[in-house]
Amino acid sequence: MSNRSNRLSHGGLIVRSQQIRFEFNGNNYTGFQGDTLASALMANGIDFVSRSFKYHRPRGFCASGYADVSSIVQIEGDEDTPNMLASVTPLSEGLTARSVNCWPSLKFDVGTALRLLSPIIPAGFYYKTFMWPHWHLFEPLIRKAAGFGNAPNSIPFRSFANSYDHCDVLIVGAGPSGLCAGLAASRSGARVILADDMLQPGGGLLNSSATIDGKSGIEWVSGVVAELDANPTVTRLQNATVWGYLEGNHVVISERSPSPDSLLRRSRRVWAKQVIIATGAFERPIVFENNDRPGVMQASAVSSYIRKYAVKPGHKAVVFTNNNSAYRTVTDLNRAGISIAAVVDVRSRVDDHVLEVASQATDFFPGSIVQTVYGKKRVTGVGVQSRETGRSKRNIDCDLVCVSGGWNPIVHLFSQSGGSLEYNEQIHGFVPAKPLQKSLVAGAARGSLNLRDSIKDGFKAGQLAATALGLPVQAPPSLKVMDRFDAEYGIEEFWSVPLSNRRGKAFVDLAGDVTVNDLHLALREGYESIEHLKRYTTAGMGLDQGKTANVTAIGIVAKHAGVSMAEVGTTTFRPPYTPVEFGEFAGSCNDDAVLPYRHTPMTGWHKSAGAVMFEAGARWVRPSYYPHPGESMDQAIQRECRTVRQGVGIYDGSPLAKFAIKGADSETLLDLMYTNSFQNLKIQQGKYGVMLYEDGRIFDDGVTFRLSDDEYLMSGATGNGNLLETRLDSLINVERPDLNVLFVPVTSQWANATVCGPLARTLLESIQSDIDFAADAFPFMHMREGVFAGMPVRIFRVSFTGELSFEINTPARYGLDLWTHLINAGDQFDICPIGSEANHVLRVEKGFISLGHEVDGTIDPYDLGMAWIVSKRKSDFVGMKAMQIRRSSDDARQHLIGLLPINSSEMLPEGAPLISTSNSTRSEGFVSAGVWSPTLDRTIALGLLANGRERLDETVYANANGRIIPAIVSKPIFYDLDGRKMRM
Amino acid sequence: MLLIRCPWCGLRSESEFHCNGEVRPTRPYFSSLTDQQSVGHICDRKNYKGWIEEDWCHSKGCGEWFRLSRNTVTHETDQD
Repeated sequence: MSNRSNRLSHGGLIVRSQQIRFEFNGNNYTGFQGDTLASALMANGIDFVSRSFKYHRPRGFCASGYADVSSIVQIEGDEDTPNMLASVTPLSEGLTARSVNCWPSLKFDVGTALRLLSPIIPAGFYYKTFMWPHWHLFEPLIRKAAGFGNAPNSIPFRSFANSYDHCDVLIVGAGPSGLCAGLAASRSGARVILADDMLQPGGGLLNSSATIDGKSGIEWVSGVVAELDANPTVTRLQNATVWGYLEGNHVVISERSPSPDSLLRRSRRVWAKQVIIATGAFERPIVFENNDRPGVMQASAVSSYIRKYAVKPGHKAVVFTNNNSAYRTVTDLNRAGISIAAVVDVRSRVDDHVLEVASQATDFFPGSIVQTVYGKKRVTGVGVQSRETGRSKRNIDCDLVCVSGGWNPIVHLFSQSGGSLEYNEQIHGFVPAKPLQKSLVAGAARGSLNLRDSIKDGFKAGQLAATALGLPVQAPPSLKVMDRFDAEYGIEEFWSVPLSNRRGKAFVDLAGDVTVNDLHLALREGYESIEHLKRYTTAGMGLDQGKTANVTAIGIVAKHAGVSMAEVGTTTFRPPYTPVEFGEFAGSCNDDAVLPYRHTPMTGWHKSAGAVMFEAGARWVRPSYYPHPGESMDQAIQRECRTVRQGVGIYDGSPLAKFAIKGADSETLLDLMYTNSFQNLKIQQGKYGVMLYEDGRIFDDGVTFRLSDDEYLMSGATGNGNLLETRLDSLINVERPDLNVLFVPVTSQWANATVCGPLARTLLESIQSDIDFAADAFPFMHMREGVFAGMPVRIFRVSFTGELSFEINTPARYGLDLWTHLINAGDQFDICPIGSEANHVLRVEKGFISLGHEVDGTIDPYDLGMAWIVSKRKSDFVGMKAMQIRRSSDDARQHLIGLLPINSSEMLPEGAPLISTSNSTRSEGFVSAGVWSPTLDRTIALGLLANGRERLDETVYANANGRIIPAIVSKPIFYDLDGRKMRM
Repeated sequence: MLLIRCPWCGLRSESEFHCNGEVRPTRPYFSSLTDQQSVGHICDRKNYKGWIEEDWCHSKGCGEWFRLSRNTVTHETDQD
């Protein structure tokens, strides 16, 4: 690390008049407007920015843009964000960042000790090392060591947003081909979106000395951009990454700071009629020993830092290449005044014009390789030797190694879209072959690795897209392109340098710390498919996502296995192309907005009565209990229970799922859905029913009343409303379209005040109504319609508490009036509002089942001792056959039972496994509900136990996290065994 | 994400729809089926690679049910 400023005195696209202050690892620095965090750090002489993922090796900047996956930092402050790449983070005033994967500090890193353990962290180390004695022993340590930063613990100051868009042509990338495609498409009148992931348009042209029609690259780009921006049908997005190309020609764009004051990110999802992929190419590395040392960089990245940011990435360079493109960098180094110690070219023969450029270096070594890199926290030199013989070894001092192993077309999006790839022998890389969707590829992304072809490609793609849309096209302009390096690319296939010793580390994937040895080890262990190799070694997974590591890994595997690259093939590219923040998926929607809570007309009353509210399923907010001042939760629940058993309580039953069913075949539908028969159900009478899934397990239960000849009201569990609706919908529309029946969900149309307790009838009789509440006039499981306290009502005699109970339903707009009227009239009977907790205790005393407790998705009616509810006469109902088939096996089933703890004050916790001896480890069931029963003045529980009905009075044990609680098995009912009270 | 044409509402985002799976014959009376046939009706799907006919519902819109032919490889629909 040097303290000198590495900023060149002139040039670059930075704005020198605008200084920006920022902080890195607690130190203050300055940079310029137009810098990235990486270029500003480099200008300040900081070249060691992070520690690597597995071995905690020092890492610096190795590439520019999104390929620089080793320069990961954590952004701190108001917009605390992990996993940010310094090389694409624009410098902004007050930016605060710190290194990751190091503790306590970057320079003195405890995790570095891990490097000494590296022999035990080979490929697949998760699978091998941490098997014995148990993964859980190692997990906390690994979780701490892994990961690239900390999840933010504050909500960012600026917000996230989602937007949806449509266009004719979506162009990805604003390099030369993308810009030309934009010109062609927009001149044809197409609605164009042009998205580019860099801060400014131009792509590789910004690093190039080429001229177009006599203009410099930058001048030409600004002319094109001016034309595009003047066209109202063109939307141009900068600093916006297309990270997903999904089915339906649907692409997802992550816009960074689209509105600098208020928006942190916007996720723009676009349906495009045509997509033009002009994403360019990534330079790839050559793999050699210690190729991860700070100071080893891609040649093109070195050019980019010099030309775009006017920063010297080093002072004395060695260039190592297998193709002609790196010679651009030689020129750039020379111009920036960086001395070039050597050019090392793996090719033994190069073109004359290349040779001429090479003469700018002190030494030129054709047919040679960089065998190793010296230095720990920064390159101090390289070892060079002959490629063929390994002789002519010499060491060269340098602090910068510029590497080019060739170029990989960025085929990520094309592959995501379902397009196939093929290996191209000319460029030794994979290129798009056959598209699956309406996509075209232009420029370097399809392997056109020179400027002239890229421009031609761009215009052509724009025209093809316009033609496909039926738009008129113009002949492309003929542009005069002058590029000194537009000659042959001249690549010779070369992937990795043999290691000098077995312990050397040569990295294929810097982000995941995957070495050549890891690949070889995996091959020796028999992993042959590239998909398996990828998963086993993690090469190209993680942050890299195949940007730099994949093709090199494929090359190394092909060489090792002695097959062609085409035979090895590529792995599948999947979204996202770059990391996407969770906030972009959520957008501006918070929890309440995505899934709004549901309230009954009485919610406000409950809250002002001091109720503790909770979500009872399906987003319904209900009162849990209503504590009096100074009362504990348990005291409140017990008081509410006693009120129902001895006086009268009132419960808000509005969220109960309700469906109006009408039509000549209503009865057939009910008979199909429920296990029991609904034939002969009289008008104004109700019947309890259980319905199954098609697989024979219980789905829902509830009471259905017959309103008229062809009209029914079905009820179901609160949490099941939506599922029940979907089920009814598909039964009527798809499975049995022959049925003449319709349904409407009416849950929210009705408010329900359930009056329950021995004094319920007395209370209702004290209120003016045309309904006769006398027991013989209005029996159990009947309903009445009429006027009650001046309001239209439907009253159902159903009981979930086991007490005399009237469910008074009124149109929702009368709900609150009805409720307050009952509360006021009930005052003389000491009426109390009852919450769900008390309701739960009361139903457990009665042994009534509850979905999610006794019914857990594995249970059928026989298990619950409800054989009576399965019709023996019906020829069919949903789930019948599956239940029969399952029950025909001899497997022991679990039965619903009651449990009485031997210590009558000890609670059985819900979910505790049941075992038959106090030290058994074999679970034979579980506790489904355990409560303190104020009626019995002791604890009781319900549970499911293997063969439970044959085990009455047996002692079983509940294992409550190691505490063993003995309990006697009983019948699953503890109160009013013959059910007289609710029928009274 | 596909764009799907609801017969009532026109072209809408796939996220508004519910796919009920392959079009299948009207639900038979299971008592008339052998065990094997009933298990087949519950579990077996043709799961074509290529063109497939499905029942869709504009569940977060008008609620209309309709049939849609969709290519499971190319994501084309018969509405394209």
